[in-house]
Amino acid sequence: MAQPAVPSTQVQQPTVPLRVPVREILPWAVFAAVLGLVLLYFIGAEQGATSVFSGTWVHEFTHDGRHLLGFPCH
Amino acid sequence: MMRSLLIRGMLAGLAAAALALVIAWIYGEPQVGHAIAFEEAQAAASQAQTHHHGGGGAAESEVVSRTVQKTTGLITAMVVYGVAVGGLFAIAFAFAYGRIGTLGARATAGLVALGGFVAVVVVPFLKYPPTPPAVGNPDTIGGRTALYFGMVALGVLATTAAVIVQRRLLPRFGTWNATIAATVGFAVVVGIVYRLTPKPDAVAEGFPATVLWDFRIASLGIQVVLWATLGLLFGALTERAFQRVRSTQSPHISPPGGTR
Repeated sequence: MAQPAVPSTQVQQPTVPLRVPVREILPWAVFAAVLGLVLLYFIGAEQGATSVFSGTWVHEFTHDGRHLLGFPCH
Repeated sequence: MMRSLLIRGMLAGLAAAALALVIAWIYGEPQVGHAIAFEEAQAAASQAQTHHHGGGGAAESEVVSRTVQKTTGLITAMVVYGVAVGGLFAIAFAFAYGRIGTLGARATAGLVALGGFVAVVVVPFLKYPPTPPAVGNPDTIGGRTALYFGMVALGVLATTAAVIVQRRLLPRFGTWNATIAATVGFAVVVGIVYRLTPKPDAVAEGFPATVLWDFRIASLGIQVVLWATLGLLFGALTERAFQRVRSTQSPHISPPGGTR
C-alpha cells in the first residue's frame, strides 16, 4: 500500500519490461555501488586496518556488528 | 523503474536487517559476551604477571560502553549493512531479471539472493570465518582485512562468471547439465584459491571451542535470515508492483491512474 513502486505518471502507458536495458541500469548501478561500498566500509573496516578518521570511536561503536557480520575486527 | 527498484531494495534490506537483528540478539550477543569475558580474564591474568600486555587495548578505558555496542551500535551496523546490501541487491536484480531464463520477479529475486549469499557470505566464510572478540591477532589485522575483502571479491566474480558460463552452456547441454558444469567450475576455482591463500589463524590458547562454534553458527544464521528476507520480500513486492502495472494496461480491470 505505502509502497510507491509504480511510477504514478500514467501519461505513457507503463509496461513491465522483459528486461531492464543495461543503459538504464548503469547510472543507478554506479550510484548504488559508490554509496553501498562507502557505507559498508564505514560499518566494516574504518579504524581497523585503515582509518579515514583518527581515533577508535567508529571501530568501537560498530564493534558487535563487525564481529557478527563476519568482518575482521581486530 | 530503476529508481523504484533501488528504493525497494533498500527498504527490503532495512526490513531484513531488523529480522537479522533479532537473531543477533538472541544467538549472537551471548557468544560475544562469553568471548569478552574470556578476553578480560586473560588480560587480568597477564596484567597480574607483567604491567601491561602490549597489543589489543580492549580492556583499557572504554570509548564506547558495552551497552551502547550491544544496542545502538549493533542496530546502526545492521541497518546500514542491510540498506547497503539491499541497494546492491536491487542492481543485481535489475541485471538478472529477464536474463537468467523466463523467470518471474519472485523467482529471480530468490535466485539473486541465493547467489549473493553464496558470493559474499559463504565463499569468505569457509576460508576466513567470522571471529569473536579475543580471536585474531591485532597485529595481522591489515593482512586479514585485505584477504577477507579479496575473498568477497572472489565470491562475487566467481558467482557472476558461473552464471555467465551457465547461460553459454545452456543451449548445448540443457539447464540441468549446464548448471552442474557451471557449479563444478565455480567450486574448482574457489577451491584452488582456498588452497593458495594463507590462513593467519590466531585462536587464543584456551579459547572455548563451543563459544567459537556457536558464535560462527550465529553469525551464519544472521546472514541467512538477512539474505532470505531480502530476497523473498523484494521478490514479493516487485511481483506485486509488476502486476499492478500490467493491470493498468487493460482498462476494464482498473482505470488508469486509479491503481494506487
